[in-house]
Amino acid sequence: MSEPRANGPELSVEVWRGRAEGRFQTYRVPLRPSQTVLDVVTYVQRRIDPTLSYRFACRVGMCGSCAMMVNGAPRWTCRTHVARVAKDRRLRLAPLRNLPVIKDLAADMTPFFDKWREAEARFLPSSPRAAATARIPPADPERAAADAAIECIGCGVCHAACDVVAWQPDYLGPAALNRAWTLVNDARDADRRAHLAAVAGDAGCHACHSHQSCATFCPKGLNPTASIAGLKRASALALLAGRL
Amino acid sequence: MSGPARWRNHPGYGAFVVHRVSGLLLALFLPAHLYVLGLAIEGEAALDSFLRWTEAAPVKLAEAGLALLLAAHLAGGLRLLAIEFLPWTDRQKTLLALAGGFSAFAALLFLLNAL
Repeated sequence: MSEPRANGPELSVEVWRGRAEGRFQTYRVPLRPSQTVLDVVTYVQRRIDPTLSYRFACRVGMCGSCAMMVNGAPRWTCRTHVARVAKDRRLRLAPLRNLPVIKDLAADMTPFFDKWREAEARFLPSSPRAAATARIPPADPERAAADAAIECIGCGVCHAACDVVAWQPDYLGPAALNRAWTLVNDARDADRRAHLAAVAGDAGCHACHSHQSCATFCPKGLNPTASIAGLKRASALALLAGRL
Repeated sequence: MSGPARWRNHPGYGAFVVHRVSGLLLALFLPAHLYVLGLAIEGEAALDSFLRWTEAAPVKLAEAGLALLLAAHLAGGLRLLAIEFLPWTDRQKTLLALAGGFSAFAALLFLLNAL
């Protein structure tokens, strides 16, 4: 398919093509008002090069599918406006950092979600489904701590922003640890000590260097660094109390 | 593949770099420090001769740099301990500014005393 000719302003878009080995290919894309980075990728795939692979689903910042490296920073592309990140009309798009590349802009999220499992980051029910709904005051300090961290959409932006993930491949990473923090603070969970024990090892919360890149780039405005700091305090106190 | 490392473009990462670099430079300085202390064992004259050399202005300036490294590493370390052992505060940039201000103040105070 040949590249359509456009009148008016254009973007110069470099897109990663290939897997771990590959190269950037440059496309010219018409600049539009209120255009998102995902709009640009979709234009390239639908109008210029149908062999381009990328991932998206909801287009409204809910599903966490479309994150990529945009001009060197991890972003959710469906809600990242071109006008905000490409003031010189140049975009450089690559698959999310710290993950294997499936093809082009599609990163393999398997290692990311494997770490959630390794962190025991799943709710362990303490009462059967038929039991009455647990009554937990919203102002309860533990509930407030969990609420502050609960809205993660699993996009992997924090994982890509974290240098500790790059330096220590078995590090559980900000997303899994953030989820573990919500469970450590969940009064309904059956074994909160197990969640803490799973993240207190060498690859867990104490490996975090508090760079705060995760908090800086989280598109949902969450603060995994604060959650990890909470896990550090909780695990240190549990150790002193002989509970770990 | 991802281009410029813009995921590092924020104050928290800058604080990490300052803490790491100051720590490495202080570690490199430590053998020199221990060597000078060792001169005292060898004899009074050797130590006095070295101490006279440290009175020179360029050496005093370098010592002010050392004071800056020490203060920056101390303040950065206290900031990290505050993150890890005190309840979280969203005023992280304020903490960074305080750490930077303390470091500059300590180095200038050293320089004023040395002059």
